[in-house]
Amino acid sequence: MEPTTAPTKPQFSPAAQVEIKRLLTHYPDDRKKSALLPVLHIAQAEFGGWVSPEVQDLVAATLGLQPIEVYEVATFYTMFNLKPVGKHVLEICRTGPCMLRGSDELTAHLERITGAKVGGPASEDGLFTLKEVECLAACGFAPIVQVREKYYEKLDTPEAVDAMLTELRNQVHRPILPWEEVGLPNSLKNN
Amino acid sequence: MGRKLLTEHINVEGIDTFEVYRKHGGYRSVEKALKTMTPDEVVEEVKKSGLRGRGGAGFPTGMKWSFLAKPEGVPRYLVCNADESEPGTFKDRQLMSKLPHLLIEGMITSSYALGANTSYIYIRGELLYVLRILEKAIAEAYANGFLGKNILGSGYDLDLHVHPGGGAYICGEETALLESLEGKRGNPRNKPPFPAVQGLYARPTVVNNVESIAAIPVIVNMTGDEYAKIGVGRSTGTKLISACGHLNKPGIYEIELGVPVEEFIYSDEYCGGIWKGRELKAVVAGGSSVPILPKELILKTAAGENRLMTYESLSDGGFITGTMLGSGGFIAMDETTCIVRNTWNFSRFYHHESCGQCSPCREGTGWLEKVLHRLEYGHGHMEDIDLLVSVAKQIEGNTICPLGEAAAWPVAAAVRHFRDEFEWHVKHPQEATRPGAVYPGKAVLA
Repeated sequence: MEPTTAPTKPQFSPAAQVEIKRLLTHYPDDRKKSALLPVLHIAQAEFGGWVSPEVQDLVAATLGLQPIEVYEVATFYTMFNLKPVGKHVLEICRTGPCMLRGSDELTAHLERITGAKVGGPASEDGLFTLKEVECLAACGFAPIVQVREKYYEKLDTPEAVDAMLTELRNQVHRPILPWEEVGLPNSLKNN
Repeated sequence: MGRKLLTEHINVEGIDTFEVYRKHGGYRSVEKALKTMTPDEVVEEVKKSGLRGRGGAGFPTGMKWSFLAKPEGVPRYLVCNADESEPGTFKDRQLMSKLPHLLIEGMITSSYALGANTSYIYIRGELLYVLRILEKAIAEAYANGFLGKNILGSGYDLDLHVHPGGGAYICGEETALLESLEGKRGNPRNKPPFPAVQGLYARPTVVNNVESIAAIPVIVNMTGDEYAKIGVGRSTGTKLISACGHLNKPGIYEIELGVPVEEFIYSDEYCGGIWKGRELKAVVAGGSSVPILPKELILKTAAGENRLMTYESLSDGGFITGTMLGSGGFIAMDETTCIVRNTWNFSRFYHHESCGQCSPCREGTGWLEKVLHRLEYGHGHMEDIDLLVSVAKQIEGNTICPLGEAAAWPVAAAVRHFRDEFEWHVKHPQEATRPGAVYPGKAVLA
């Protein structure tokens, strides 16, 4: 299965347009550019988990910016994917505290069972892209994987990893807007 | 059992809602400040409290506030730094998602003190789920008259917004954060001018960490003098410690500053000792940027005194035998940990996160990573060890922002205290690179 590609002339959905309008009220009238990062998050969620040049152009047009102002920002921040991705991007934290609790082993394990490679294309079934990221600020619950908006914590057993992958496999594929509920990690739920 | 000033009610059912939070004494500081105090009186209380910035630098918050320029007719801003990304630190995420109203209350009281009518919480982009919790809580605060026009009939107006980042450690540096909030790349600015004079949109701005802002309601309610009685010397109040690594009970602990490090690591009230019945080897006490210390030096100072969880005690001995409290990101490593690998991992982090603006940092962090990589993988030379120290020295002090120091310090400290282990990697590469290899020797104490 080919990864989803953005249409050549992308348009924001009505729901996204409403959200962008709300966001713009947060900043002074002559400072619309401030909304760039939040709008890029919306764009990435709307158009298949990555921001193509066409999508970046749409963001520029929406905010009245030069395209270069969007390109230089989208390439600076690591959360924005610049190439097509699988249905689920597994962002594996690789920084010190996670490494101490087994993130290297976790990465090797995920490569083995999904068939995808870190930094490479998605798994053959198009389901999983593996990406290593730096500290996700949940070090006490290491090792951690972030998938879209959800943190999966304490992935130090094959069972915990399987539970995450099963949950993801069963998820109905739909664009998830950044402001929709996806559930909290266990460490943030009240006892 | 120490006092819990911030997290007393953190596990109360529904404390993330306005109603329950209010029932537990929430928003009293807003009432007290807006109805009975002038803005300057609030600033004065914060000064008296001795509160020091909880993001890592430990600069007195009240003093930072007093630097804010107040030209007539020019708006000024309060921006909360919720870009928590210093490896080992995860307290703000917990605080914001479980006690969103505490941060909002702190933002209102602080904004009033500073005369800001629009304030922002800049939260790291990975935490969009926390952003949503905050937005919901902010909507509740508006609905109950604690945000918006004429708050509690005082004539004071405040709008509060949450703004997500996009994945960049450097945006935790306050001027990079402001650039990012303006929709640009997170390149730190040259200083001066400082944000207190020219910050967000070139207007006077204060940037404070989440935990610092969350302490403001406590200080206003109990008074600065009372707050200052908690803790030891110039380390006043309580601090959230994010404990992680090879501990039996990693997690977030609110401690009264002054708890002995040994008690913090080994007592059941806190971390419950080292996992798997192993020995402690080393600790990074304040987030990945601060110098690593071997067990002997983290438990006792070079003079043989018990090391305490305070700004002063942890830095006793300077960088020769001491470290820093930093952000309170407390990373414990057991006896099997490879210090070379760990140092390489941190250097890779700083190389990855360097914004690329200053050559010493852009190139130097790359060198550190490369040299550490070859040492770790058995291709190092003896002179590489001094090369690391030399590169670290050339980064330090030669960059616009402190990311340079943050990258240099951990490397310099690792070589200082664990030189033998680095040499062992050069002398016995086959043994050192064997999976599960454990260095058999001891750390260097001074």
